[in-house]
Amino acid sequence: MSLAETTTCCETDLTADFRDQFLLTYQHMLLSRVLEDKLGSLYRAGGRIVGGVYLGKGQEAFSAALGVQLRKGRDIYGPLIRDQAGRIAFGEPIIDTVRTYLGTVTGPMRGRDGNIHRGRPKEGHMAMISHLGSMLAVVAGGLFARRLAGTLKDSIGATSIGDGGTSTGAFHEGLNMAAVERLPIIVSVANNQYAYSTPNTRQYACANLVDRAAGYGVEGVAVDATDLAACLKVFRAAAARARSGRGPQMIVGSLLRLAGHGEHDDASYVPDKARKGPAARDCLAVAEQFTLDHGWMNEAEIRELHEEVRRNVDQTFSKVSKEPAPDPFKENWQALSSADLVEGQHEA
Amino acid sequence: MSITYLEAIREAQYEALRHDPTVFLYGQDISAFGGAFKATKNLSKEFPGRVFDSPISEDAMIGMAVGAAVEGARPIIEMQFADFSSVGFNQIINQAATLYWRTNVPCPITIRMPSGGTAGSGPFHSQSMEAIYAHYPGLVIVTPATVEDAYWMLLDSVTLNDPVIYCEHKFLYYHLKADQIGERSLPIGKARIARPGRHATIVTYSAMVHEALRAAEELQLDGYQIEVVDLRSVKPMDTDTILASVARTGRLLALGEAFPWGGVTAEIIARVSSEGFHLLDAPPMRLNSKDTPIPYHPNLWKSHRPTTATIAAALRRLLRY
Repeated sequence: MSLAETTTCCETDLTADFRDQFLLTYQHMLLSRVLEDKLGSLYRAGGRIVGGVYLGKGQEAFSAALGVQLRKGRDIYGPLIRDQAGRIAFGEPIIDTVRTYLGTVTGPMRGRDGNIHRGRPKEGHMAMISHLGSMLAVVAGGLFARRLAGTLKDSIGATSIGDGGTSTGAFHEGLNMAAVERLPIIVSVANNQYAYSTPNTRQYACANLVDRAAGYGVEGVAVDATDLAACLKVFRAAAARARSGRGPQMIVGSLLRLAGHGEHDDASYVPDKARKGPAARDCLAVAEQFTLDHGWMNEAEIRELHEEVRRNVDQTFSKVSKEPAPDPFKENWQALSSADLVEGQHEA
Repeated sequence: MSITYLEAIREAQYEALRHDPTVFLYGQDISAFGGAFKATKNLSKEFPGRVFDSPISEDAMIGMAVGAAVEGARPIIEMQFADFSSVGFNQIINQAATLYWRTNVPCPITIRMPSGGTAGSGPFHSQSMEAIYAHYPGLVIVTPATVEDAYWMLLDSVTLNDPVIYCEHKFLYYHLKADQIGERSLPIGKARIARPGRHATIVTYSAMVHEALRAAEELQLDGYQIEVVDLRSVKPMDTDTILASVARTGRLLALGEAFPWGGVTAEIIARVSSEGFHLLDAPPMRLNSKDTPIPYHPNLWKSHRPTTATIAAALRRLLRY
């Protein structure tokens, strides 16, 4: 039996401030969805996108509800695969996404790395590596250094993982270390039920992943990750607790990935029953309905917003498509910043 | 007054902490306890709040150092034994080593690795990991063999804007002494002629430098002058100094304590064979440990690694050719 109770949102939570954040987050979600739909169709068309495409479809609410709590330039964010919405909410311009997927030399990774493996560490946006669980300690280390330098103030860190990633040693080591150091970090766990094709039943044996929080000595909260209002409530509170010195906060969201692991994957391993279950609700549709129900936007305004976002995305792709690919002859091919210690320069 | 190799490592950390407020130390048992080998003895007292005990989490320790480096810190991470760095392997080769190339943000971290064998230490407290890390782009691998290099190369490692694997040899900790820490001699990346000679060259590093010097003494009794090149850093490897030595002697023995498959000695042979084939009067030779895990009992351990006797025997074969 799980100790977890799922947090929900009630009418008393809906202050004007909450409404503003809800609408802002919804816009981030929508931008993420439209951008990713475009990436998916470009992938299927072939030719333009180098490598794979990994989408966060269905996870936008959970991802953006965290990202919107963070302040770029002050907080540290270590997003993972399905955090396009969170990255937008954190303040990453979508042109960074497009440039990295198309591999242009103008992007933050300059064609050296691609798709979701991007960031600007000096702006607090860590560039994930593919090895799951390993970004947790990196974000924690940034906070640790700030505390040491006396510059931590009220800044926090946040990082994401999925159900599969919680099985890694790195996740355990990182969360335990962050807890020992009582660092202000939010660890969001998007339990989308499948790690690539592996179901929860083959991934872990506890009743709910949030039950693990107690074992680390951190606070844990479970939430329906298809419900933006509930996600916002949970992440707002978690960010406030982290900022006030209560140490790591673990948030576990239940949802279903509404895409394959990557666009190469048709997710045929997900049974129809799961596709029709409550976790399979589309968080974007849920958020739009919530907005309509509360009279925060009407249908015409939502339609207009969709159009505007689509134009923005199209313009960005159009701009980036004219930008240059990396040139192997101009590449400096140095893995060290100390140029005098780079081997092999004399051979050419 | 004299100073040991281990004390030089402590002194270098003292100096790094004193000189640069962004330096901090993180590792298992290194704070009040002073480290398993006492390489951080008293440093937590002398620099309160800058020397931290870590959980037994090599992966998290390195990941944490990378995050701290992004924020402008210069962490020194102590692996209790180089062997355990295998648990932090992923963070070293994928996180630390790729950061600069991927993101243009330098990663100034120093990972201290107590390396190499001592009698009775067995398979998991004796390993030499330098070749494993040297294989990956984005890391600097240093292997000091002298008290002076232990000190200055550690300070240089901390100053460097790249991740450094600092392989300190446990066999040298207490036995190797100097009257004092000398002046800084060579920068990282330059090899040292530890002993000049003209009949054959031994290229080696770390504790094997001293075995090589003893073997050279032995061969001197037979009238041979053996040159010993101490690589100091295995990556970058100072190919120019190696080739210049082979040009003088015409004969090469590449010597290392690590396992025989691939590795530093193979790299030395490959470079000399491809860039200095015309300099060789005899086929280049390699001498490494045996291809088994490192044994526990001194009788076995002494036969597992190269020794003065096996090095001298190899040299005689090389000279007979």
